[in-house]
Amino acid sequence: MKRNKKTGQGEVSYAKWGYIFITPFFLAYIIFTLIPQLMTFYNSLFENYRDGLTQVGPRFVGIQNYITLFTPSSTGTIDMLKYFGNTLILWVMGAVPQILIALLLAVFFTSYRMNLKGQQFFKTVIYMPNLIMAAAFSMLFFTLFSPVGPVNQVLLSAGWIDKSVDFLGLMVPVRILISLMNFLMWFGNTTILLMAGIQGIDQSLFEAAEVDGAGSLQVFFRVTLPLLTPILVYTVITAMIGGLQMFDVPQVLTNAKGTPDRTSMTMVMYLNNYLQTSKNYGMAGAVSVVLFIVSTALSLFVYNTLSKQYKTAPKRRDRI
Amino acid sequence: MRNKENTKGRVTLFAARFVAYAILIFLSILCLFSFYMLIINATRSNAQLQAGFTLMPRDNFLVNLKNAWNDASINIPRGMFNSFLVAACSAILTTYFSALTAYGIHVYKFRLRKFAFYFIMAVMMIPPQVSAVGFVQLMYRFKLTNNYLPLILPGIAAPVVFFYMKQYLESVLPMELVEAARIDGCGEFRTFNRIVLPIMKPAIAVQMIFSFVSSWNNYFIPALLLNKAEMKTVPIMIAQLRSADYSKFDMGKVYMFILLAILPVLVVYVILSKSIIKGVTAGSVKG
Repeated sequence: MKRNKKTGQGEVSYAKWGYIFITPFFLAYIIFTLIPQLMTFYNSLFENYRDGLTQVGPRFVGIQNYITLFTPSSTGTIDMLKYFGNTLILWVMGAVPQILIALLLAVFFTSYRMNLKGQQFFKTVIYMPNLIMAAAFSMLFFTLFSPVGPVNQVLLSAGWIDKSVDFLGLMVPVRILISLMNFLMWFGNTTILLMAGIQGIDQSLFEAAEVDGAGSLQVFFRVTLPLLTPILVYTVITAMIGGLQMFDVPQVLTNAKGTPDRTSMTMVMYLNNYLQTSKNYGMAGAVSVVLFIVSTALSLFVYNTLSKQYKTAPKRRDRI
Repeated sequence: MRNKENTKGRVTLFAARFVAYAILIFLSILCLFSFYMLIINATRSNAQLQAGFTLMPRDNFLVNLKNAWNDASINIPRGMFNSFLVAACSAILTTYFSALTAYGIHVYKFRLRKFAFYFIMAVMMIPPQVSAVGFVQLMYRFKLTNNYLPLILPGIAAPVVFFYMKQYLESVLPMELVEAARIDGCGEFRTFNRIVLPIMKPAIAVQMIFSFVSSWNNYFIPALLLNKAEMKTVPIMIAQLRSADYSKFDMGKVYMFILLAILPVLVVYVILSKSIIKGVTAGSVKG
């Protein structure tokens, strides 16, 4: 540490401490994320799996794994696209009501005119499922909806069905259950995020709109929604990236099989199958790369939208 | 005329409130009902559960608890201990090192500062599953399977927690304080540990809860690395429960297992819900 003699002031350079303080983070990131990520990409170019007790490869095969990934199987379906489609359907079924209901509740909670009571209680209740272990939540739904579970018991004793229904063997009920669970786990979280977004809007705008005689619907569509757009975009994209990772709920509910006929098998379940059962690191690598590309594209989109917002924000403040 | 309009306004307000409460109550019931059924069913014996559906609790709670606790194939107390160990360690590491990194980038001016910040922001959204293949391979190579280090150490690099801490520092830490500490001859690490960390207590507490919960609930990576029975964590045991032949199971015990798996988080949430809910937004969307 050198003192600057000319000015007599303590001009000490602390730059090295900056590097020291951030080193653990970057070291951990490089070892546990960056190197594994590069290894994953590298692996996707190799044939490397276990067939029974014999290890096949690793042998360099170029883009063969990607070709296999997008080649129709003997039944004519491309597994990868099928699972991508499943993930998308399950996500849409859960996320669309999630975002609409969250938007509605956020407006309710922040409405000065409605002045709802018991807000803390409702928020506490609707946020709770977000912290519950997804595997346990899914197991709970499995027991409740199993052929001998309470739901079947109620339907039987009410006489609505003659014999118990195997909900988990039917495509539509399984998909509804998975999206219902995802909805329950995430709508409270989204509500709280959107609430913060609405509270961040300049209150005088709402007052001005009211003075001008705008109705609640007009205020919502002309003031709230446009000003909430950046946060709404952020919410939707993060929900998409989260949906891409959908795993615990369908994995436990369908016992890793994506029943019936793999119609509830998601991308990460597919990845997990390659990793867990066949130790096929080559194909698992290829699936990971596809996942990486899709999530990066989504992140870039959110980054662009938000940085645009940052650029325009100060201007707006100037005008006021 | 004015009077008439007022009445109309009051009627619509009343209707709006009614609808809002109806929706909120419906959604609350939807959220709570499955957990209510879980608790009720955990108090019933297998025979009572087979007999039919009821909303009333029975007296078999302690028997179920004893059966679940002493089960031979699923060692739930061991699993809870393992999960607690992993979750507590990773919560401490995650919050401490995220705060340290945030402080490093917030306070010091150095060449790679901007790069470091934007790098962390850029990788924030990448799903962890994307690097799972290489991660599993690497851990096999290091002989770290059936070991908790691969579940704990990666927590040192947690971009989302870092971002939260950075936001928090920006709003609470005056640079004068750091400079005052320096003039008093306080070393840089000491300044961070003794002066900055106490200021960050609220942020650290909230993030500790979130990291603990996400580690407690984590299933994907642990399931790939832990296969010894005595090393397994709770989510792996729950999934194991699902793959067992449940028709031969004592269902009272199964409900008890699920209850035990979520109970610690539920208890923490009931006590600290207010600050947890506040913590959901504080770091994330304010821009």
